[in-house]
Amino acid sequence: MKTESRLEKVLASGALAVTSECGPPRGALPEKVREKAGMLRGCVDAINVTDNQTAMVRMSSWAAGILIKQMGLDPVLQMVTRDRNRLAMQADIIGAYSLGINTMLCLSGDHPKFGDHPMAANVHDIDSVQLIQMVVKMRNEGKFQGGKDIDHPPKMFVGAAANPFADPFELRVMRLAKKVKAGADFIQTQCIYNLDKFETWMEGVRQRGLHEKVYILAGITPIKTAGMARYMKNRVPGMDVPDAIVKRMESVPKEQQPEEGIRIAVESIQRLKEVEGVSGFHIMAIEWEEKVPEILEKSGLLPRPEP
Amino acid sequence: MITAVRKPMEEIIACVSPYDRILLVGCNECVSVCSAGGRKEVALLSSALQMHFLKQGKTIEIREMTLERQCDPEYVEELVNYMDGADAVLSMACGCGVQTIAARFREKPVFPAVNTTFMGASERQGVWSERCQGCGDCVLGITGGICPIARCSKRLLNGPCGGSTKGKCEIDANVDCAWQLIWDRLKALGLEKRIEDVIEAKDWRTSRDGGPRKIVREDLAS
Ligand code: SF4
Ligand code: SF4
Repeated sequence: MKTESRLEKVLASGALAVTSECGPPRGALPEKVREKAGMLRGCVDAINVTDNQTAMVRMSSWAAGILIKQMGLDPVLQMVTRDRNRLAMQADIIGAYSLGINTMLCLSGDHPKFGDHPMAANVHDIDSVQLIQMVVKMRNEGKFQGGKDIDHPPKMFVGAAANPFADPFELRVMRLAKKVKAGADFIQTQCIYNLDKFETWMEGVRQRGLHEKVYILAGITPIKTAGMARYMKNRVPGMDVPDAIVKRMESVPKEQQPEEGIRIAVESIQRLKEVEGVSGFHIMAIEWEEKVPEILEKSGLLPRPEP
Repeated sequence: MITAVRKPMEEIIACVSPYDRILLVGCNECVSVCSAGGRKEVALLSSALQMHFLKQGKTIEIREMTLERQCDPEYVEELVNYMDGADAVLSMACGCGVQTIAARFREKPVFPAVNTTFMGASERQGVWSERCQGCGDCVLGITGGICPIARCSKRLLNGPCGGSTKGKCEIDANVDCAWQLIWDRLKALGLEKRIEDVIEAKDWRTSRDGGPRKIVREDLAS
């Protein structure tokens, strides 16, 4: 075991792991974090805490992560390279680890253009691949990115994102290989609606033996309404929502659409469980956390193992 | 070249209106090529200002000058005989030119008439795009001749990010994704494998982060 991470233990045991996420509030109320995380208690192995998601200012990922840690749950510290340089990032990693956070996810982050501070400077001192390298070096060599020794280095279980649906598709397996080379321990994918395309990607992943080097958690986001399906299809960069999914959501009356969305999510999980190389699921139920237990129950992913 | 675009008229007017005698100085280099501040633009701006102030019932004296290179003290020296007859200088050169004048004529207010925009290349008639940020440690040799620092919206050295869509950047469907271009070029060169080489974190000391930069060539310095 490289770390104390509960997620690492579950994955190493061979069980399908389950993570979910919690977007911190746009204000200083800790109850909001506790409320969201509380809905996930007992259902997931770790809870991702987003970092200024969609480039909107929110309670910091590490602060919300500590609130979650204090509840006896396991946060995954998300970190984007957009907002902080390498000094600030390393400081936050050490700080978070000193308070018991041992799992993180390395991202580049959405462009500020999409958020509520489009006028902000974009840092990108390092990129997401270099962030993986940095955290792994802190853990394995006990050294800062700049090369000096760390007194009591943080030991993070390191995650990265993969989007099998972004372009160019032919590059997407290579890009995963690059993140594995940089030292990623686990991967959480973009939400999957185009299962055929995901399976093609996984085939490429297996051909390269990458599924044996990194744990891949398949991303699932339940769709609430037909409008949301259309929005994701047309407006969210790097998202692939097939027409069949939009039509299926449109085919049922509005009040039944949430149920239909849950059904699609459960069916996707059932099918993806059978895909060789899928080590678990990452359920991103945006502002719909209360439905996560139901989705997991119906997918046969409960109860969670005690590693 | 260094590209620039003229500032909005109102802003220029606000700068010069307290003065009666203006020395309007263009530059024959980059800003002339990108049609922002060469001889022609100097003449156009001059008549637009005259017209504006005439309508206000105010006469303003504008002397037009276009220097060979405004970022070169040798050429800026040519202004010396005209300075006494001017209350202020309005420069149509890039920021480097404006500062060269300000450094030479310390008691004369100097205003920029253009916004210096980027280091770029001409794509076609009337279209210029950013190509370089002068990072001081060029990586074009390993990125297929396409600059990820100037052309990727997140200056990723290991792209593309998950937002790349049909060859375009996530920020705008009119902006090419630099990493799609890099990938296409590496493929054309038969260097696909290179995309898997991790490019290490950059040392930004050679860039602006290391403080203002200077080149001293002992072999040439006088
Ligand atoms: S790598 Fe640096 S020097 Fe080379 S083109 Fe890009 S910004 Fe300019
Ligand atoms: S879409 Fe391409 S150019 Fe835009 S930020 Fe991502 S990698 Fe960079």
